[in-house]
Amino acid sequence: MPIKSYLAHPHNGKKNELIQALSAIDQCEIVAAQNKEVLVLVTETENKVEEAILKEKLETIDSLKLLAMVSGFNTPQNN
Amino acid sequence: MYTSITDRRKFIKKMAMLSAMTAAATMFPGILFAEEQEKGIPNSANLDWKKGPCRFCGVGCGILVGTENGKAVAVKGDPNSPVNKGLLCVKGYHQTMCIQSKDRLTHALVKKNGQYIKTPINEALDIVANKMKETINNHGKDSVAMYTSGQSTIPEGYVASKLMKGAIGTNNLDCNARLCMASAVAGFLTSFGADEPMGCYEDIDYADYFITWGNNMAEMHPVLFSRMLEQKSRRGAKIIDFATRTTRSSTASDKSILFEPQTDLAVANAICYEIINNGWVNTSFVKKHCNFSKGLTNMGYGLEDNYKFTDKPSTIDFEAYKKFLEDYTPEKVATYAKVSVKDIKYLAAIYGDPNKKVVSYWCMGMNQHTRGTWMNNLVYNIHLLTGKISQPGNGPFSLTGQPSACGTAREVGTFTHKLPKGVVTNEKHRRLAAKIWKVPYERIPPKPTYHATEMFRAVDRGDIKFIWTQVTNPLVSLPKTSRYRPGMEKDSCFVVVSDVFPTPTSDVADVILPASWHIEKSGLYGNSERRTQHWDKMVEGPGETTPDAWMTIEVAKRMGYGDLFPYSEENHVEEIYNEYRQFHEGAKHGMAPLEVLKKESGVIWPYVNGKSTQWRFNAKYDPACSNGEDFHFYGKPDGKAVIWQRPYEPAPEVPDATYPFWLNTGRVIEHWHTGSMTRRIPVLHKAMPSAYAEFHPEDAKALGIRNGENIKITSRRGSCTLPASINERGLPTKGQVFVPFFDENMMINDVTLDAFCPISKEPDYKKCAVKVEKA
Repeated sequence: MPIKSYLAHPHNGKKNELIQALSAIDQCEIVAAQNKEVLVLVTETENKVEEAILKEKLETIDSLKLLAMVSGFNTPQNN
Repeated sequence: MYTSITDRRKFIKKMAMLSAMTAAATMFPGILFAEEQEKGIPNSANLDWKKGPCRFCGVGCGILVGTENGKAVAVKGDPNSPVNKGLLCVKGYHQTMCIQSKDRLTHALVKKNGQYIKTPINEALDIVANKMKETINNHGKDSVAMYTSGQSTIPEGYVASKLMKGAIGTNNLDCNARLCMASAVAGFLTSFGADEPMGCYEDIDYADYFITWGNNMAEMHPVLFSRMLEQKSRRGAKIIDFATRTTRSSTASDKSILFEPQTDLAVANAICYEIINNGWVNTSFVKKHCNFSKGLTNMGYGLEDNYKFTDKPSTIDFEAYKKFLEDYTPEKVATYAKVSVKDIKYLAAIYGDPNKKVVSYWCMGMNQHTRGTWMNNLVYNIHLLTGKISQPGNGPFSLTGQPSACGTAREVGTFTHKLPKGVVTNEKHRRLAAKIWKVPYERIPPKPTYHATEMFRAVDRGDIKFIWTQVTNPLVSLPKTSRYRPGMEKDSCFVVVSDVFPTPTSDVADVILPASWHIEKSGLYGNSERRTQHWDKMVEGPGETTPDAWMTIEVAKRMGYGDLFPYSEENHVEEIYNEYRQFHEGAKHGMAPLEVLKKESGVIWPYVNGKSTQWRFNAKYDPACSNGEDFHFYGKPDGKAVIWQRPYEPAPEVPDATYPFWLNTGRVIEHWHTGSMTRRIPVLHKAMPSAYAEFHPEDAKALGIRNGENIKITSRRGSCTLPASINERGLPTKGQVFVPFFDENMMINDVTLDAFCPISKEPDYKKCAVKVEKA
């Protein structure tokens, strides 16, 4: 049951479009920065297959320039 | 340790989101996610948002707390606060979550036959007052003590001082700010005759260079560091990290320079040597505004009980100072500081360039130092020699660790030697306190008694027979707890602990008083940039929790001092603040009226003619300057600052054949001090559940230590077992071990040394000698 977080970078001026596109996907939860062109995206899927399908779906979103996965804090103390 | 995780997946999602937000904050300084705090909250449109300062560090970020149906349900950064402009760090966002901890102290507990018995608060306060009175009657007024905090509110500190010094007539009051800021205070007083930074956070917007001295701001002052990073990317401002350990701050800086512990004294002198040798002295500034002095040397380290030291300053001239610095050429210093000649010259050239604005920042690295006062003096020397002081973007800036170390500990004066204005040794200051407090002048003793370390030594010796701690956890935070914990357990001392949660300190208490948390009471804090911030009570506390100020007042009344504490329960914060303000009337330290503080997101003192004074001692900004010159260091009688001749002296305990490693202790971004609050916030606790010992990889390899393997760190005082951390968050220099102190289950302060700066009496947590072995 993977849960992953990403920084989603929109193309110039496409932040709102990206918010709309990601909001429409069940497995996605987003938090948009109020003052910068970036969104935090958290995905929750049932298994690796579903995750791979979701990844493909995300890659087709036109307003998405870059999806950078976040590995969390750089220490093993973190979960 | 209780954690209320009811839905693990929800929690993991929250963690994932938090990680991404943290990453975003690194890449986009100043980024705001405040809306996140309102997400998922039912009827968020009905939230009542109230302003206040953050509960945690000395940066003093403005927060907005959203309440609904009497509960705090969200926190976001206050966009109107000039400190953080809406941004908060990971601790700030989650601060109110600790209130709901299941092990919250909600009622007074009194120890009877070895068991804690739930007791009505009024009965518990009777017991405290009776015991305090009885102890004074039997053993004298200096047998009772209070130990408070840089996290106490201004009214809490004020009534503690009034009770001990004005009512009882003892100077047995000290606070945990002694452990973090005393060297900064002594540095300011010796160099300028007036405490607290001359500049403000707005300096960040103007400086070309930020030089951080032993200061991991990315973790300890993250919001300010974020503001610096913003200037780095916007204007090309440069950050130079000068430290003994590679940290997140080092990696985000333009340059990281590492030095051997304790040799910062020598490097600072070498910078001054270079400034003079290269003709970079601002001669007219120095001639007009500076004197030169030297003090006693070889002062010792305070390792013996009842150690006493008084400095004897004497005036020197520029030539004598210049001659003294010949021992500190970059070439000589490089041999023992392990800093290259090139890097020393690089630092000096930054300070020496008249066209570059430079702010120096420091906190515990310079203050928790057996020569902490000297180290503060030396950085002031650099800024005074170059005239880079008291101007936007130019100045030395001592950061505080606690939210009201400045506002309460330093300004109200909850140290043994202090009064709300001035010091107990000064007759004029005692007379002013006696007048405002309406007590006989003779009652305030003219001599300081116990500073923090000596106070707990006196408990151990049996000289102090009653101690009341408020808002602090000394049995985790003191150095050498291996001595002071058994000392506090002795029957010879009656221990009262006022706190929000159980701690190792409350474990040894005879009476535990349930304190209100931050937003469950009204209060005022004062941050690092002299900004006083007020907040109103936002939610009711559980059970019989009571504000510390009110518990002190109730005890005072029960002891027969009711006439000195005529405050009402509903308005005591306002009444106390209005009384306290009288101490600071005038252009040099005027405090803003409460009605202004209620409206604004904090106001910087001196508050004169309805305006904050952002840069003191500069006639352009500071109405208290009266000498007709551009600058006026009016803290000193002749209006001049002092450039001090202070040598390098070694640490009291250095690595040797038996104990071959330096031990350095400190903090992590997730936890506030001893962790009593942040370890009860699930997100933070899970992010950093336990302490660890950082090693240099070459040391780890030589010792055959693997990452995560338990190792035992031992000093001449005690030992502590923790997992090894190699090439993870921080990287100590070779021959050094770093351990954070937040974890009460891994008591690294059993290992540390209780040596202190003889002038400031602040202990050194950054240097002692240890050995390391597999556990």
